[in-house]
Amino acid sequence: MTLDDIRTKLNGLEGRAYWRSLEELSGTPDFQQYLHQEFPANAAEFTDPAGRRQFLKLMGASLALAGVSACTRQPPEKLVPYVTQPEEIIPGRPLFYATSMPIGGVGMPLLAENHMGRPTKLEGNPEHPASLGATDVLAQASVLNLYDPDRSRNILNLGNEATWPTLTAALQTALAPLRSAGGAGFRILTEPISSPTVIDQMETLMTASPQVKWHQWDPVYGTVQGGAPDAQAIYHLDKADVVVSLDADFLGFGPTAIRNTKDFSSRRRMGTPTDALNRLYVVEPSLTLTGANADHRLTIKARDVYGFATALASALGVAGVPAAPAVSDDAGRWIPVLVDDLRAHHGRAVVVAGDHQPAAVHALARAINDAIGGTGTTVVYAAPVVATPRDGIASLRELVTDMNAGAVQLLLIVGTNPVFTAPADLDFLTALKKVPLRIHLGQQDDETGDECQWHVPEAHYLESWGDVRAFDGTVSLIQPLIEPLYGGHSFLEVLASINGVGGQSTQDLVKGYWTKAFNGQTKTKWTLQDREGRPFPTVDAFWRQALYDGFLASTSLLTGAVPTPAAPATPLSLTPPPAMTGLEIIFQPDPYILDGRNANNGWLQETPKPLSKVTWDAIAYVSPRTAERFGVMSFQRSGNGDLPLVEIQYRGRKAKMAIWPLPGTADDVVVVHFGYGRTRAGRVGTKVGQNLFTLRTSAAPWFDGGVELHETGEKYLIVSTQNHFAMEGRAPVRVVEAEEFAKNAKAVAELGAERPGPEVSLYKPFEYNGHKWGMAIDLNACTGCNACITACVAENNISVVGKDQVERTREMHWIRIDTYYEGDPSKPDGVYHQPVPCQQCEDAPCEVVCPVGATVHSDEGLNDMVYNRCVGTRYCSNNCPYKVRRFNFLLYSDFTTPELMAQRNPDVTIRSRGVMEKCTYCVQRINHARIDSKVQNRPIKDGEIKTACQQVCPADAIVFGDLNDPASRVVALKAQERNYGLLEETGTRPRTSYLAKVRNRNPALS
Amino acid sequence: MADQPTAPLYGLVAEFDSAPELLDAAREVTRAGYRKTDAFSPFPIHGLADALDFHDRRLSLIVLLGGICGLLFGYSLEYYTQVISFPENIGGRPYHAWVAFIPPAFETTILFGAFTAGITMLVLNGLPSPYHPVFNAPRFRFASQDKFFLAIEAADPKFNEAETRAFLTGLHAREVVAVEE
Amino acid sequence: MEGSQYPKGDFRAPLPIIGPGHSFRSITNKLTSVVLTKNTPKAWFAVMAIGFVLLNGLMIAITYLLFKGIGIWGTNIPVGWAFPIINFVWWIGIGHAGTLISAILLLFKQDWRTSINRFAEAMTLFAVVCAAIFPVIHTGRPWLAAYWLFPYPNAMTIWPNFRSPLIWDVFAVSTYGSVSALFWFIGLIPDMATFRDTAEHPLLKKMYGVLSLGWRGSARHWERYEHAYLLLAGLSTPLVLSVHTVVSFDFAVGIVPGWHATIFPPYFVAGAIYDGFAMVLTLAIPLRAMYGLRDFITDRHIENMAKVMLATGLVVVYGYSCEAFFGWYSGNEFERFMLKNRMYFGPMAWSYWVLILCNFLVPQIMWSKRLRRKTWAVFTAAMFVNVGMWLERFVIIVTSLHRDFLPSSWEMYYPTKWDFITLFGTVGLFLTLMFLFVRVLPLISIFEMRTLVTDKPAAAPQVEGH
Repeated sequence: MTLDDIRTKLNGLEGRAYWRSLEELSGTPDFQQYLHQEFPANAAEFTDPAGRRQFLKLMGASLALAGVSACTRQPPEKLVPYVTQPEEIIPGRPLFYATSMPIGGVGMPLLAENHMGRPTKLEGNPEHPASLGATDVLAQASVLNLYDPDRSRNILNLGNEATWPTLTAALQTALAPLRSAGGAGFRILTEPISSPTVIDQMETLMTASPQVKWHQWDPVYGTVQGGAPDAQAIYHLDKADVVVSLDADFLGFGPTAIRNTKDFSSRRRMGTPTDALNRLYVVEPSLTLTGANADHRLTIKARDVYGFATALASALGVAGVPAAPAVSDDAGRWIPVLVDDLRAHHGRAVVVAGDHQPAAVHALARAINDAIGGTGTTVVYAAPVVATPRDGIASLRELVTDMNAGAVQLLLIVGTNPVFTAPADLDFLTALKKVPLRIHLGQQDDETGDECQWHVPEAHYLESWGDVRAFDGTVSLIQPLIEPLYGGHSFLEVLASINGVGGQSTQDLVKGYWTKAFNGQTKTKWTLQDREGRPFPTVDAFWRQALYDGFLASTSLLTGAVPTPAAPATPLSLTPPPAMTGLEIIFQPDPYILDGRNANNGWLQETPKPLSKVTWDAIAYVSPRTAERFGVMSFQRSGNGDLPLVEIQYRGRKAKMAIWPLPGTADDVVVVHFGYGRTRAGRVGTKVGQNLFTLRTSAAPWFDGGVELHETGEKYLIVSTQNHFAMEGRAPVRVVEAEEFAKNAKAVAELGAERPGPEVSLYKPFEYNGHKWGMAIDLNACTGCNACITACVAENNISVVGKDQVERTREMHWIRIDTYYEGDPSKPDGVYHQPVPCQQCEDAPCEVVCPVGATVHSDEGLNDMVYNRCVGTRYCSNNCPYKVRRFNFLLYSDFTTPELMAQRNPDVTIRSRGVMEKCTYCVQRINHARIDSKVQNRPIKDGEIKTACQQVCPADAIVFGDLNDPASRVVALKAQERNYGLLEETGTRPRTSYLAKVRNRNPALS
Repeated sequence: MADQPTAPLYGLVAEFDSAPELLDAAREVTRAGYRKTDAFSPFPIHGLADALDFHDRRLSLIVLLGGICGLLFGYSLEYYTQVISFPENIGGRPYHAWVAFIPPAFETTILFGAFTAGITMLVLNGLPSPYHPVFNAPRFRFASQDKFFLAIEAADPKFNEAETRAFLTGLHAREVVAVEE
Repeated sequence: MEGSQYPKGDFRAPLPIIGPGHSFRSITNKLTSVVLTKNTPKAWFAVMAIGFVLLNGLMIAITYLLFKGIGIWGTNIPVGWAFPIINFVWWIGIGHAGTLISAILLLFKQDWRTSINRFAEAMTLFAVVCAAIFPVIHTGRPWLAAYWLFPYPNAMTIWPNFRSPLIWDVFAVSTYGSVSALFWFIGLIPDMATFRDTAEHPLLKKMYGVLSLGWRGSARHWERYEHAYLLLAGLSTPLVLSVHTVVSFDFAVGIVPGWHATIFPPYFVAGAIYDGFAMVLTLAIPLRAMYGLRDFITDRHIENMAKVMLATGLVVVYGYSCEAFFGWYSGNEFERFMLKNRMYFGPMAWSYWVLILCNFLVPQIMWSKRLRRKTWAVFTAAMFVNVGMWLERFVIIVTSLHRDFLPSSWEMYYPTKWDFITLFGTVGLFLTLMFLFVRVLPLISIFEMRTLVTDKPAAAPQVEGH
C-alpha cells in the first residue's frame, strides 16, 4: 500500500466518520497498517530517510483532512428520539433516546440524555415494566464507563496495533480448517446473553457447524451453587401482604431490585396512620439492604437456610418435603409464627429464595408459594430469559477440561474476564495458554486480554446497536447515543463476520432480525403488539414504535403476555446441599465494582457501600462479637483509621483482608467481597484493594464451611463516609410502631415534643408569593440503595476525590444516606436509612455567617450557592447543623482529561478549588421547567420538575414540588402526621422534611 | 554670646538645669508681661503651659466630631449596601438587621475618632516642621535629653535684647543666647 | 507613691518602679545606647536567627498553600476551622495586653506601666500582624478574600454581608491594627527627637530627624500632645474590649454546641488580657536580662504583671465554669453531650485537661509573693499560660465541631505538618519583628521614664505633681 492509496482512501471517507482525536485519527485501519509496515514492526526502515519523510508527509495529509472534517458526534444512523424529533434540536436542550443497559445478560431499560450528541445522564424508562422510570447505582455510573479514558482503543495482535480487516482475515483463516470438522475445537465464552438477535446469530452458527460450543461465565450473575433453578421467579410484591425472604437480597442487588423496590415500597408508603403496611420477614446470614428493611430479621448461617426452608415447608404441610433438620431456637420460635402469618394471608403472601442459595431452596420456596397460594398471584414462574447454559460454573469447568485436553483450537472470549474471575481451583490461565488461538473482545485490555493473541476493543452499549431482554422478558432495544469513541466493535459484528454476513451495520442486523420476527420467520415466535395490544400495520410502523418506546410492550411477562410454564418443581428429586462444618465463609460481589469490571469507575469506587459506608476497598464483614476477637471493640469508630488485617485460610488457600464488624452478621461467619485487586484496570482501579477470587472455588462459589481466620498483626487503612452509627438518644430518624401509630396519630410529633417549636424567631418570616420549592423524603419507603447519590453525582458534575481525601472526610457527595443501628449490635433491633441533602432552611444558619454573601436565598426560597462569589471561609459549613456542605479543599474537578469533559452536564458549573458547594434542589432542572412553562405560557405542572435523586429513586421516597401549590403531592405529604423536620428544634425551619419510619412488627414475635 | 548675629534675630533662649527652675522662670516671664514666649523640656511638665498662660481645649471637640462622622459613615454604609443598593434575603433575616450593624459602626467610630485625635494634634502643633529657629541655639539638642530652655521672641512687643537678656539672666539661667531666624 | 509606712527592708514594701540613683542623663544614655550602640548582644543574634528560620518556614508554607490549596492542612468537614483560626484568635488575644497596658493603665494612672508600655504596644502591633495573616490565608481563595471582604464600590454592586461576624472581624481587626499603630507612633515622637539629638551618624540623625517630625519639646506641644494621648487612650480602651468581643462573636453567633454561649465576650476579653500579659512577661524577662534593664523593668513590674495574670486567669476559669454550668443547666441535650464529649469521653478530652493544667492549676503559684518575685517562676507560669490559651481555642473550635448535631457526621481531626509549620512560622515572624524593633527603636519610653526620676528632691513634687 502506498501513500497515494492512503490519500485516496482518506479522501473517500467522510470526515465525520473518523474525526475524533489525533490518536483516533492515526488509528484509521490502513494508516495503522502503513505505520506497522513502517515501524516498529521492522524498525530498520525508520532509519531510511525516504521512509520517514513519507511517513511525515502522510501524517501531514491526514491532519489536514482532519482539520476540515465536521465536528458533530451524531451517529450516522437515524435515531428516533424519545420525545423530540431530531430536527428540533435546540442547542442547550437535551434530547432523550430510549435504550437499554445489558447487565448479567439482563436489560436495564433507560432513557439517555443527549446533549448535542454527548450522552451525559441516564434515566429509567418510565413506560418500561422493568424500570417504571427508576434506575440503580450501576446504570447511573455506566455512563462514566463510556468515557473511561483507559478503555482499550486499538485492536491488538501480540501487543501490536492491528486492524479490523486483518483480524477478520486471521479469524477466517483459523476457522476454515475447523469448519470442515463441523466447528469442533471452536469455542465461544460469553457473559450470559438474552439478546434475541445474538442468540439467532449463534443458532445460525451452530446449525452451520454443530460442533461449536457456547460457554457462558459471569462470576456475579451467571454463577450458581448446587445447580440452577429450573424456573425464574417474577414477583408481584405490590400484591403481597407478607413477604418472607430466604437469604434473598431482592431489594438490594441485581437487575430485578428496581421493580421489586417499586412494588415493595408501594406497600410501605402510608397516607393515614391507619393504612395497612406489608410485613417483611428476612432470614439471612449477614445484613443486606433487604434485611435492613425487614420488620423481623433472623440471623442464621447461609448453610442453615435450606434447613429453615425445609422446616417451614413441612410446617406448612407441603407434600413430599424431605425430613426437616433441627433448627436453632430462634428459628424454632419463628416457624409457627410464619406459618400463621402466611396462612392468614393466603394468596397475598410470597416466599423469596436467594440467588446464591442452591436449587433445592428455590424448589422449596416454589413449593411453599404453591401451598400458600402465592404462585400465579404474588409470583409467577417462567422460563429464564437468559440463553442456556445458565450454570456458569459447570459451563466453565467443561471449557477448562477441554482446553486442558487440547480439544480447543480457537477460543473467542467476549466481555467476561475469566483470567481474573474464574474459580481458583480451575486454574483457568494454565488451561487457556494451551489454546493455540485466543481472541478477546472486551472494553478493557484486561487480565484476559493480556493473555490472548488478539484483543478487540468492545463497544460500550451506548455506542452500538443491539437488543436485550429485561428480567421480566420484555425485549428492549439498545440504541447507540454516540459513535464508538475508541473504535470499539460489538459481539454482533464479530458473529456476523464469522457467519459471513459481516460488513453490514449492526443496526441492519438488529432491524433485520426483528423484520423477520415481524413476519414470523424466526425460530422463537414473538407476539408483537403495541402498548394497547393492537398489532402493527407495517414493519416500519412497528420498528419506529419499538425504537420510540425502547421496548416491545407485548413481550413482558409482568404485563400482557402469559408466562411460558416451566417444569414443576419436585423438592424430593433435588439433592440437598452437602453438610458444612466450621467457620463459614460467604462470597459476595462488591455491590458496585461487581467482579472488578467497574474497578476503573471513580463514581462507583467512591459511592459508599451500603450499611458500612466504606469506599475504595473491599472488606470482610464479621459479627461485632467475632470482631472483638481481633481487637475491634466497637462497630463504630471515632474517625477513619486502620483496621486489623486477618488472614483467611480456606481449602489450603490464603488471602488477607481487613475485617469490618457489621451488626446483624451471624457469629462465626465471614463475608468477603470479591472484585477488588485488579492488576490491569486502569488509572483508577489498578492495585486497589485485595483480590478474593484467589479463594473462590467452583465447588462453593457462594458459601462454604471450614474457613479459618488468623491474626496477622498487620493493619490496613479502611476509609468510610460514616463512622458513627448510633443515634445517641437523639431522633434524627423518628421511628414508630404501626400499632402504636394507628392508635396515636401524634406519636411521631411526640418524639420531638419536649423541644421548642420551629417557628421561634425574632423576625417576621419572608413571604414567597411565586413558587416555593420544597421536598419530602419518606423514610418508610427508602431502602438505602444509594442510587440517589450516584444520580446526583452524574447530574451535578460532582468530583471524585480519592481514598486519601475520603480519609480526611472530604468526600463531595451532595446527598448522603445516613445509616443508624438500634439495639444490640450483634442482633440489631432496627436499621434505619436517612437520605440527607441540603435541607434548604428558611432561616439558614449558613447564609447569615457568610462574609461575602456567597450563599443567599432566592425569591423561590432556594438556598443558593454563588460559586464565583465564594471565597471559601467554610464558616457556612461549620454553622450547618446537617453538615451537608462540601468544600473543594484541593482542585478536585478534573480540568485536564478531555474524555471526561464530554460527560459533564453542561447545565451545571464545574466547581474549582477553594469553593463551597452543596445540593441546589437541581436548580438547573427548575430553570428548564420554568423556561418551558413561560414559552408555552402555562404554569409549571406538579411533578414536572423531578430532582435527580427523586427521578432515580426506585422507592419513590423523594418528592419535590411547590409548597404554594395546594394540590401538589409534596404539600399532601407534608400534611401527614408522619411529617417532621430534621433538627427543627434548632430553628432552621428546613424546607426538606421527612416522613417518619413506621415498622409493622408482628406482636407474636416481639 | 556677645558677638552680634548677622541674620535677623529670632529671640533669646535661656537654658536651665531643672524643671522647677524652668517653671519659676516661665511664671516670672509671663508676669513680666512677655507674650511671645515658649518653653522647651525633655518631658511634659505639668503646669508649664499654665505658667506660659497657654490654654487650648479645641482638641476634644474636634475628636468628638470625628467620632460622630465615623458613626454616621459606618452605619450609613451598612444601610446603603444592605437595604438600598442590593437587598438580599440572607437566612430569612430582615434587610435592615440593625442589631448586626452595630459592631462595624462602632469600629468606624473609634477609627475616625482616633485618627482625628492624632492628626489634629500634629496640625495644631504645626508638625511636622523640619526647621525651627530655636534649633539654632548651640546647646538646644539637650532640650530632648536633660536640659530645659525658655525662649522669648524678638517679635514680642516688650522685647529689648539688652533688657530681656538681663531679665533672663536674673532668673538664674545657666546661660542666655541670642538665636537668629 | 513610695510606701513609707513600711519599716525599711520589710518584704511587704512595694518595690520601686525605677532603680535608685537615676538622672535624666543616665536614663537617656542607657536607653539610647540600647539602639545606638555598636556592640549588639550575642543573644540578640541568637533569637533573631531562630526567628528568621521559622519565618522562612512560614514563607514556604504559604507559598505551597497558595499553590495547592488549603487541603494541605488537616481541616475537613465537619471541622471546617482548625489551626488557622485558633492561631488567629490566639495572636489577636496576645495583642490585647499591649493596648491594655498603654491605654487602660494610663487612665488608671498606673505609673509603673511607663517602662513596659512601649514594647507592649510594639508587641500588640506585631501580634496583630501575625493574626491578620490567618483570616486571609485560611480561606479557599485568598487572592479574592483579600479584598472581597471590604466594601469597595464595584460594577455589580455586590457588597459584603454585614450580618456576618467575619465582616465585623474585618472592621474590628483593621481598626485595631491602625489605631494601635497610630498610638504607638505618637508615643514614639519625643523619643525620636532624643535619638535625633544623640545619634552621631549623620544618616541616623537624618532618619530619626524625619521620624521626630521636628519635635522640639515646646510646652504648647506637650500640652496638646498629652491631651491627644489621653484621648487616644480613652478611645483605645473600648476598642480593645470590642475587638475580642467581636472575635468571640465568630463563635457565639454560630449555632454549634460549645460555640453558642453568651458568656463568650467577657470571657474572651479576659482570656486575651491573660495571655497578653503572659506574652509581655515572656518577652520582658529575657529582654531586661539581655540589655541589663533591671533598673527600669524592676521586679515590681514583674510582680504587678503576675498579679494581673492571676486575676484575669481566675476570670477565665470562671468562664470555663460558667460554660460547664450553662451547658448542664440549659438541659439542651446537644449542649450536655458537647460537655461530656469535651471533658469526659471524647477522643480529644485530653486537650481540655491539659488546658486546665496550663490555665488554672499552674498559674495559682502566683498567689505566693515569694514566687511572684522569682523571675524563673513567673516566666514558667507565663509559658504555661501561652500554651494553655492556645489550647483553649483548640478545645472551643475543634472539639465542638468534630461532634455536633448529627452523629452520622461525627469525625476526627488530625493536623498535618503544614499546620505546625504555619503556626511556628508566625512565631518566627513575631520574634523577627520584635527584635528588629528592639534594635532600631527605643523599647522603653524614654521621655516618660524621665518623669519617674526621683533623685531630685526639689524637682520631684512638681514633676510628679497634680
